[in-house]
Amino acid sequence: MSASMAGIEDIQLEVRDLEVHYDGIRALHGVSFTVLKGEIVTLIGANGAGKTSILRAISGLMPYGGSVVFEGQSLKRISAHRIVGLGIAHVPEGRGIFGNLTVQENLRLATWQRADKGEIAADYDRVFAIFPRLLERQHQLGGTLSGGEQQMLAVGRALMSRGRLLLLDEPSMGLSPRLVQEIFRVVEDINRSGTTVLLVEQNANRALRIASRAYVLETGNITLSGTGRELLGDPRVKEAYLGG
Amino acid sequence: MSEGIIYWLQQTLNALQLGSIYALIALGYTMVYGILTMINFAHGDVFMVGAFFCFLAAVYLGLPFVPTLLLTMLGAALVGVMIERLAYKPLRNAPRVSAIITALGVGIFLENFTLALAPYPKNIPALLANATWNMGGVSISSLQIIIILLSLGLMFVLDYVVYRTPVGIAMRAISWDKTYVPLMGVPLDLIISVTFAIGAGLAGAAGTMYGLAYPVIDPYMGIMVGWKAFISAVVGGIGNIRGAMIGAFILGGVEIMVAAFFPSTYRDFVAFTLLMLLIVIRPYGILGQPRTQKV
Repeated sequence: MSASMAGIEDIQLEVRDLEVHYDGIRALHGVSFTVLKGEIVTLIGANGAGKTSILRAISGLMPYGGSVVFEGQSLKRISAHRIVGLGIAHVPEGRGIFGNLTVQENLRLATWQRADKGEIAADYDRVFAIFPRLLERQHQLGGTLSGGEQQMLAVGRALMSRGRLLLLDEPSMGLSPRLVQEIFRVVEDINRSGTTVLLVEQNANRALRIASRAYVLETGNITLSGTGRELLGDPRVKEAYLGG
Repeated sequence: MSEGIIYWLQQTLNALQLGSIYALIALGYTMVYGILTMINFAHGDVFMVGAFFCFLAAVYLGLPFVPTLLLTMLGAALVGVMIERLAYKPLRNAPRVSAIITALGVGIFLENFTLALAPYPKNIPALLANATWNMGGVSISSLQIIIILLSLGLMFVLDYVVYRTPVGIAMRAISWDKTYVPLMGVPLDLIISVTFAIGAGLAGAAGTMYGLAYPVIDPYMGIMVGWKAFISAVVGGIGNIRGAMIGAFILGGVEIMVAAFFPSTYRDFVAFTLLMLLIVIRPYGILGQPRTQKV
């Protein structure tokens, strides 16, 4: 499946000529890509390539040049909290857990934009079914959780906001291989249940294996794209990101 | 009862009254610090503006106590929100010291704006019939009881809002780190405005009660009371709601007791010495916690 063959109605997110500046230095030089409904798209690249900036721009956390269109609507002048309400959930770099709130309060906060308050209880059950650890720790402060539990909570919050598009920033960061495996399995499950995923990763090997399509980002430019399988086999990707 | 105990009980009641007023103001300092890590030095003057709103409502509108209180709280809340929107919001990403200097400027503006409109001290009329009961030698005034109960009531409501409601969860999330609060779908600016409105509204309530207890008001009345409320917040652990209340009652208690048992000119000197010692022993205040560094 390639973007050019897809119909307009299949495009969930379209990023065009995205430019971002940090303190006057250009961090993204006109990046363009699309995400289709139901896909897992991954952006891989080294530290500082601009992956996080892309997600922050989409979520409205930072100003940018170019355009971001979600389900046909431009997100350019929409504030970050409303973008959540439109259906984009963002698990940020470093997880962004509120350490002074309980697990339960962290989850509850993420339901702020939801109009269907009646269905929230069912979503708690869903999150606790996926991550039984969070149920055990629901009255504990977020700051007392282990790194893996915090990542579960961060993904749990994204589920509570009921996004149709899930932005994941380095979910494997700082986790043991076993936990990384579990998180990736959960991401695939969430995707199968109908949520589109845009995954930013340094762990290129794992990310490419679950991705429908992938883009390689190098110093603010997209230099390669293809299906996950194609990029896994690409010699340039192998050398730069898969350890030869 | 022995005279010593009666005197002691009498002073305890006075301490509770003063502590209640300090607490209502201290909450505003601590809430704003909690969410913006900024000391709103104009807050004592918002308390003063509240007392003048009370005067306006009671004298010019001729309103009775409850509408006067509500109108004063509403007016002060609006002033608080306007101060944040006009003076602090443009500086949200500026160095903290810029915001603090601006807060001092806003305070001086409020004092002199009020001075221009009201060059002479004003008298707040007695809005409540003040009955005094004698209970075993301790004289209790209805005004004292109302001030203490009303303040405690407001503090319970605030505590409920902060610890039990979605708005309170959002406020506490902002106090941890506001960067990712919008990713939860929470409108950051609205929650900050609500925080200022609540803090200023409580200061307005304190202005009304202070005006009833000590009816002569002037544009500079907020300075010393504001400092004391600020110190209460620091003693309790700035940023901590329950700490601010505890700190305020401690300060009120120390002040009243020093004045009761020593020459009254010793009051502030002894009270502040004790508070400084307390800060030496507990640098983060009674309920304050040193913040672990976030990555």
